[in-house]
Amino acid sequence: MESNRLDGRPTVKQDVTQDTTERPGTPETQSDVVLPSLGFFGTLRWAWTQLTSMRTALFLLLLLAVAAVPGSLFPQRPANPAVVTQYIQDNPDTGPILDWFQLFDVYSSVWFSAIYLLLFISLIGCVIPRAIAHFRAVRSKPPRTPKRLSRLPVHGMLEVPADQARRTGLTPATAAEQAAVMLRKRGYRVDVRDASTDRPSVGAERGLAKELGNLVFHTSLIGVLVSVAVGGLFGYNGQKIVVEGDSFVNTLIGYDSFSPGSNFSDDRLEPYSLRLDSFDVRFDREQESHYGQPLDFTANVTTQDGPGAPEEAQVLKVNAPITIGGTNVYLVGNGYAPMVTVRDGEGNIASEGPVVSVPSDGLYTSLIVIKAPDAKPDQLGFVGFFLPTAFVDEQGVSFSRDPDPFNPQLNLNSYYGDLGLDDGTPENVYVLDTADLTELNSRTSDDGGIVLGVGQTFDLPEGKGSVTFDGLKRYVALDIHHDPGEVGALVFSTLALLGLTASLFIGRRRLWVRTGEHPDGRLVVEYGLLARGEDHRLPAEGQAVEKLLADRWLEPQGGAGEHKVPEAASSAAGTGQSHHNAKDN
Amino acid sequence: MPQPVNAELGQASELFMLLASIAYVAALIFFVLDLVRSSTTIGSLETRLAQEKATPALAGVGARGGSTSAAVPTGPATADDSMDYGSGPRRGAARIAVALTVLAAVIHGAAVVTRGIAANRVPWGNMYEFCTTGAFLVSVIFLVTLTRKDLRFVGSFVVGLVVVMLCAATVGFPTPVARLIPALQSYWLIVHVSIAVASSALFTITFAMSVLQLLQSSRETKLLAGKADTARFLRLVPSALSLENLSYRLNAIAFVGWTFTLMAGAIWAEQAWGRYWGWDTKEVWTFVIWTVYAGYLHARATRGWTGTRAAWLSIVGYLCIVFNFTIVNIYFSGLHSYSGV
Repeated sequence: MESNRLDGRPTVKQDVTQDTTERPGTPETQSDVVLPSLGFFGTLRWAWTQLTSMRTALFLLLLLAVAAVPGSLFPQRPANPAVVTQYIQDNPDTGPILDWFQLFDVYSSVWFSAIYLLLFISLIGCVIPRAIAHFRAVRSKPPRTPKRLSRLPVHGMLEVPADQARRTGLTPATAAEQAAVMLRKRGYRVDVRDASTDRPSVGAERGLAKELGNLVFHTSLIGVLVSVAVGGLFGYNGQKIVVEGDSFVNTLIGYDSFSPGSNFSDDRLEPYSLRLDSFDVRFDREQESHYGQPLDFTANVTTQDGPGAPEEAQVLKVNAPITIGGTNVYLVGNGYAPMVTVRDGEGNIASEGPVVSVPSDGLYTSLIVIKAPDAKPDQLGFVGFFLPTAFVDEQGVSFSRDPDPFNPQLNLNSYYGDLGLDDGTPENVYVLDTADLTELNSRTSDDGGIVLGVGQTFDLPEGKGSVTFDGLKRYVALDIHHDPGEVGALVFSTLALLGLTASLFIGRRRLWVRTGEHPDGRLVVEYGLLARGEDHRLPAEGQAVEKLLADRWLEPQGGAGEHKVPEAASSAAGTGQSHHNAKDN
Repeated sequence: MPQPVNAELGQASELFMLLASIAYVAALIFFVLDLVRSSTTIGSLETRLAQEKATPALAGVGARGGSTSAAVPTGPATADDSMDYGSGPRRGAARIAVALTVLAAVIHGAAVVTRGIAANRVPWGNMYEFCTTGAFLVSVIFLVTLTRKDLRFVGSFVVGLVVVMLCAATVGFPTPVARLIPALQSYWLIVHVSIAVASSALFTITFAMSVLQLLQSSRETKLLAGKADTARFLRLVPSALSLENLSYRLNAIAFVGWTFTLMAGAIWAEQAWGRYWGWDTKEVWTFVIWTVYAGYLHARATRGWTGTRAAWLSIVGYLCIVFNFTIVNIYFSGLHSYSGV
């Protein structure tokens, strides 16, 4: 990250600007070093200068862009572990190879991490020297006045007639002093030099905030990375499905799934609770083209900061999380939970209550799995669909026609046998493995499967028991997040944005004014401007400064004609071209 | 709670959109005509001058002497590198083209505004609206830039892209005016998407300029090598270097906009999904685009990476934007798949 890393092309006049266009120790300047004679530390230093060179940084940056792409092409474990497992199963040849290359964990993979860590080391390696250089630049005086200001990309001259200079007592020294005051008002830091000679001059500089912005931007990026890491170490997130009327308590066992950060300990969980009182859904009923599209999801919840704390009614919506107990609670999904009672072969209730179904489309055609491991003599299992508004088409296939429950219906296949829950292996509650089970009935069997409306009961064949559809509830899927790095990420990215804006749009300019007296008594004022980096507004600034000086020193009655603008205009247009000469491609 | 929509006004908006497209196509024809005609005029003028004098007399018209980039010995550039108005012959066709573009933009603006009123919200809630509003911004930014710089040489390119965007919207993603799904009901839609559209519009213009820069640059190399000028219409286009400088300035603005888009998107993601960054496909591509343009800004400060290579980066960045908007929205599953396709 040398001086122009962010602000554009190198300027031409290196002799004047002392512009360190390449980083110290870039390959160009080190090309005379013979590699084999370096020794251990020499090699280290060589590697370091390579790593912190602009070219390497650019290469790593572009490589990072390329490396991020596979994460969008292949399913990723952090987002979708089940899809990844399925993908590997479906592609037994390529799947494991892709997995070996960590293409399902791109953003935590060794190679992706290597790229961004190298990039950040490279970044640190050039932020630090540049920060030191900038600190020195801020403390030092503006650079010395060049001998010939007319060689600068923007320059000009004005003359104060002899009689006018005499009348106002303007001498080269006082003119330089006055120019310095005016420039300081214009935001330049100034330094008057050679005041006692017959050619005093003012060195001025502004726009140091450009480099400051550049440094702030790059440092903030490191800050963002650190914040992300803090979030990953000390944060946690979890998911919980809550059916209407049920509660969630923020303890480890309260979650359906939980992902702790690396340094998480469960005493960080504040034991607040949250009860879902009701869940209101509104679908579009007015517009034909978008009939049935969701318009609003509102969860009415009652929260308690801890056991015994006062209850508080709150509204949870999409895009409007609830903040409680150091966490944010988000509404990320919803669906139907039919209330089902299963009685076993002995007539006892084997399972009872709402069963969460998983919607598979916008019409809430939902998959449902019911497991009754307590049923006797045989455990019972059911797999099927829940349809909010059931219809039967010409082929006799049931489907849902509306997301609202106008004609709720359960379509189930039933099984008996060992559900495989007794050996303690964790099982997916939304999947029933029917491989070891015996089918009692199904949609494809002669008698058909189980079709139940609300309030209906179906007696299972062979006296295995019965199943009743008691009623319908809705549920919400909640995401609970705690990320202590979040505030840092926000602060640093805001700083980065401000720094970036400053570094791209502030012009860093140097300006010199030299005064002198012609033998015939005219006072001659020369000025010249130079930009660091790209600055298309430099000619305009030159004109503005010239006007400033002219307004102060040239009396209007003295005639505007005396105020010469010989160079500014033509050099103004030419400035761009002085940059152009720098082009080395 | 979303307000009901006004379907009649929505249809009026679609009619406006059609009228605007027709006006743009007319403008496009005149822009192309301008390129052809000016090229011929200059050609004949040149021949005449060449007969009068042995030296290329037009050298002083455009490129100022002394600049290496503009020192194209055998085929003097007519376009002014400062891209100011004034020099050069009068271009009647270009004037008509600009007038037509203004007319088209006014109708287009009416279409976008009526769409917004019909839907009772900002008009960028789905692919159709993103495309049409984006195209509107492209043409507004182009016209605003025209008031300060003579960029009529990219006119056929920019207006051509606007036509393509409008066609893509109407043919590819036709969506009747509708209310927003809950996921999009947030004021961050206004902030995040508007800046995204504006930045993309700027990137569209710099894309056009970068393509021209590449063409011009290869032509300059050819001419320097003493070969014949095969792309004479490029004499209307400023030197590759001045194109690069102006597109850099626009890209810098667009990059800040894109950075803000990314940040606002992260804040919205935090509000909607509980995490500010989750490598969702759309987030991945937004990041890729950001990185490519960051590379572009850095490339211009790296020896050996200015000029043509920087232009390529700018083009690659824009292709990523197009990819992000079309392929990612349509074919990739992710949390951003709401776009009404």
